[in-house]
Amino acid sequence: MSARRPLPRWADVALLPALNLLLALVISALVLMIIGRNPLEALDTMIFGAFGYGEGVGYTLHFATNFVFTGLAVAVAAHAGLFNIGAEGQAYIAGLGAIVVALWLDNIGIPFGWLLVMPLAMIAAAAVGGLWAFIPGYLQAKRGSHVVITTIMFNFIASAIMVYMLNRVLKPVTTMAPESATLRGAGKVPQLREFFDYFGYAPVNMTILVAIAALVAVYILIWHTKLGYAMRTLGLNPSAAVYAGMSNSRLIMIAMGISGALASMIAINEVLAVQNRLVLDYVAGYGFVGIAVALMGRNHPIGIALAALLFGALYQGGQELSIMMGINREMIVVIQALVILFTGAMEGLFRPSLETAFMMLGPRQKTEAIARSTAQPES
Amino acid sequence: MADTSQEQARQPFGAAASEWAIELSGINKSFGPVRANKNIDLKVRRGTIHGIVGENGAGKSTLMSILYGFYHADSGEIRVNGAPHAITDSRHALALGIGMVHQHFMLVDNFSILENVVLGAEDSALLGPSLAKARGALKRLAQDYRLEVAPDAIVEDVSVGTQQRVEILKALYRGAEVLILDEPTGVLTPAEAGDLFRVLQTLRDEGKTVILITHKLREIMAITDSVSVMRQGEMVATLETSDTSPEQLAELMVGRRVLLRVEKGPATPGKVMLEVEDLVVTDDFGTPRVKGVNFAVRAGEIVGIAGVAGNGQSELLESISGMRDQKSGVVKLNGNPMSTLGDDGAHRARLAGLAHVPEDRQRMGLVIAFEQWENSILGYQDQPAYGKGMVLDINAARAAAAERMKKYDIRPANVRLKTASFSGGNQQKIVLAREMESDPGVLVVGQPTRGVDIGAIEFIHNQIIKMRDAGKAILLVSVELDEIRSLSDRILVMFDGHIVGEADPATATEGELGLLMAGIVGKEAAPTAGPAGREPNA
Repeated sequence: MSARRPLPRWADVALLPALNLLLALVISALVLMIIGRNPLEALDTMIFGAFGYGEGVGYTLHFATNFVFTGLAVAVAAHAGLFNIGAEGQAYIAGLGAIVVALWLDNIGIPFGWLLVMPLAMIAAAAVGGLWAFIPGYLQAKRGSHVVITTIMFNFIASAIMVYMLNRVLKPVTTMAPESATLRGAGKVPQLREFFDYFGYAPVNMTILVAIAALVAVYILIWHTKLGYAMRTLGLNPSAAVYAGMSNSRLIMIAMGISGALASMIAINEVLAVQNRLVLDYVAGYGFVGIAVALMGRNHPIGIALAALLFGALYQGGQELSIMMGINREMIVVIQALVILFTGAMEGLFRPSLETAFMMLGPRQKTEAIARSTAQPES
Repeated sequence: MADTSQEQARQPFGAAASEWAIELSGINKSFGPVRANKNIDLKVRRGTIHGIVGENGAGKSTLMSILYGFYHADSGEIRVNGAPHAITDSRHALALGIGMVHQHFMLVDNFSILENVVLGAEDSALLGPSLAKARGALKRLAQDYRLEVAPDAIVEDVSVGTQQRVEILKALYRGAEVLILDEPTGVLTPAEAGDLFRVLQTLRDEGKTVILITHKLREIMAITDSVSVMRQGEMVATLETSDTSPEQLAELMVGRRVLLRVEKGPATPGKVMLEVEDLVVTDDFGTPRVKGVNFAVRAGEIVGIAGVAGNGQSELLESISGMRDQKSGVVKLNGNPMSTLGDDGAHRARLAGLAHVPEDRQRMGLVIAFEQWENSILGYQDQPAYGKGMVLDINAARAAAAERMKKYDIRPANVRLKTASFSGGNQQKIVLAREMESDPGVLVVGQPTRGVDIGAIEFIHNQIIKMRDAGKAILLVSVELDEIRSLSDRILVMFDGHIVGEADPATATEGELGLLMAGIVGKEAAPTAGPAGREPNA
C-alpha cells in the first residue's frame, strides 16, 4: 500500500516546471554573482533581448521553431514508450534530403517557386530523417537492440556521413570550406522579415508555420486517431498492446519514423531558410535540447510550444547577454545548461516532496486517495 | 508508538497469566489521508485458531503488519500476554513470540531446509554448531506438531506445501507462540491445504495461538474457533465460528446480503466452437509449459480448467487468445485453424470471434493510466463503430462506454475517470463488459474474480452463466476450485502442462479433483510432502 500518489494535473503541468525553472535561475544568479555580475540586470537584459524588440522576438521565434520540431519528435516517440535520443542525428542527416532537392529545383523560373520547392524539400528531408530513425526502430522491434543505444550511435554515424558527404560529394570544386553550393533562387525559404519589417534582420521564416501545423498535427495524431491510440497503449502498457492485438513491432517502427520525420524539419528551418547551404553541425544541439523541451512540455503540444518558446528565449536572451553585458559565450552556455539540467535531466527533483506536500493538504486529494487505495487489488 | 490508552491493565501483570494472547485496542493507522485501520479492537484467546476475514483493502494486512512490527500504529495499544508493548520491528515481535508466515514465501531457494530455518538465527559466526542444534530442534518440532520435513532437501526441489511448512518451522524455531498466516492456501492444492489445516489444529492443541487471514469463508468455517470481520478499515464483528454461517460472514464483509451459490440450469451444448489439438506452448525462456493438450469447447457450455497456479494454464490461455505463439499444434476457431504469423495474433483471434478476459487485468486487460472509455474499446479500436479510417471517433467510443457502464453497473459512472480510480471489481467489470459486449462466439476467461469483492463476484458469475445460456462457448480457467466447480459444465484438470483428467462437476468430489491437481495420478508425491490425504471438510 504505497502512500504516495501522482500530483494533481495543474501542479504536474505548471507548478513543477516553474519550480525547476526557478531553481535553475537561482543557481544561475549565484554563478553570475560569483563572476561579479548583477543577476537582476542580467535577467532584465535577457528578457529584453528575447521579447523586448522585433528582431529579438524574431530570433526567439526562430530558435523556438527548432525546439518545437525536436520536442515533438521526442514526444511522439515517448508516447509509444520509446526514448529517441537521436533527434540530433536525424535532423542533421535530413539536411541531405533537403539540400539535394532544393539545389536541384533552385533555378526553376516560376513565380513563388519556393511554394513548390519547400514542400518537396520537406518530404525529402522527412524521408531521410525518418529513415534514420526507422532503422533503430526496426532494430528494436525485430532484433531487440535498445533504441536508446542505437539512436545515440546513429548520431555519430550521421555526423561521420555528413562530414564525408560535405567534403567529398556536395562541396563544389570552387569552395574551400566543407559546405554545399549555395541556394540562390526558389530553393530559399522566404523570411518573415520580407513581409514584416518588425522582425529586423531576424531569421524567423516560413518554417514557423510548419511548426505550428506540426503541433496541431501531433495533437490530432496522438489523441484523435486510431494509430495514436495504439501508440499510447504501447507506451503505457506493452502487454496490453499485445493483448489488444496491436502489432508492437509495427507500431515501434512507425512511431520512430514519425519522430525522425519531425526532427528533420530543422533542416528546412536552418539549411534552406537561414544558411541557404548545407554546412557542418548546423543542428547545434537542438536535438538534445528537444528532450528537455518534451519533458518540460509533458509530451503535449501546448506544453511543447511553451517550453520551446522558453528555450528559444533563453538562446536569444543568452546572445543578447553576451553582446550587451560582455559576458563571455561560455558563461551563457553554463546558464543554458543549468536550465536544461534542472528542467530536463533533473525534472523530477521536486516531485517527491511536492507529492508529500499535496498529500497533506486538500480534501479533494484525500477522496481521490481513498478511491485509489480501495481500487488497489491484491494478489 | 504512542501509548494513548487511558485504560488500566485489566489483567494482573505477568507472563502466562492472561487469557488473551494478543489484545489490540484502539489501533489507528493512516497512510496519508487514507485510514487503513480505524479504532480497531481485537482480542485473540490463547490456544485458539482465530480467523480474520475481509475483502481486499479492508485493512487485514495492515493490522497484522502493525502487530508484526512492519508498520507503527498512529495510536492504540498492543498487549501481548496481557503486557503492553510498543513493537518496534519484526525482530522485536519475534522476541515477544509472534511469528508470521507470509503469502509469498521468504526462503532461499538453493539452500537446504535446515539452512533456511537457521538463516538469521545463527548463534555464532561458525555455522556448524547452529545447524546441529537446529537439526535437533527440527526433529523435536516434527514430533510435537507432526511437521515432518527432510532437513537436507533443497528448498527449490520440494513442493509448495512443504515450503510453507518450512516457513512455519522457521517461526516455531524462533520461539513463536502466536503464528500469523496470511492467505496461506492461495498456492496450495486441496490436499496440501488439508495437511496445513491438520498442522494448525495440532499447533492449537499444543497450546499455540494461530491467526489466520483469509478471504475464503469455507476455510474459516472449517478450522477456526473464532472469527473477526473487517470492512473498510473497521472491525465490524468478532464471532464464535460455531455461532455463525458463511452467509452471515459474507453479509458482514460486504455490508449487504449476497448470494454465495451460483444458480444455473443444465447446459445445452451445440456445435464445437473451439478446438485445441496437440498444442505445445513455451514460455518466454523457451521452456515448454503446455505439453501437448487436446480438448474442445462447444457452444452453450462452460469448460473449466482446474489446476494449481503455474501448471501451464496462463500459457494455454495466451496461446488460444493469440497473444503467444504456439510451438506446435493447432487452435481452431469455428473449424478454422488460426494463423500464427506476425505479432498481432490477438487481433486475428478477435476477428475470428474470440473474446478474452485475461488472467491479469492490470498487466494485460487494461491500461491503468487510460480514462475508462479508452479501456472500453481496447482491442476493438479498429472497428468502424469507433470511427472510419484513421480517425478515432471519441464521442462514439464514450457513448458506447457509458452504455456498458450502465448495463454492468460500473461505478463510479464516469467514463472520463482514470481507470486506476476504479476498484478491482469495477475494473474487472470494465474488461468483462468490453469482451462480452463484443458478442463473441467463444469467450475465454482467466481468473474472472481474482481480487474482486464478493458482491462483484456474484454479478460476474451470473454474467458468465448468461453468456453460456446465450449459446457462447466458454473456456474458464481459475485457480479457485470452488469457482470452477460451481460454474463449469465440464472440468478439465491441468497439471505440469498436461490435461490429466476430466471430471463431471456434479459428481466429482473435491478430494478427487485435488488428487488430479496434485499430479498424484501416475506420479509419485514428493517424498517430503507427507501423505496425500483428503481434506477433512470435503
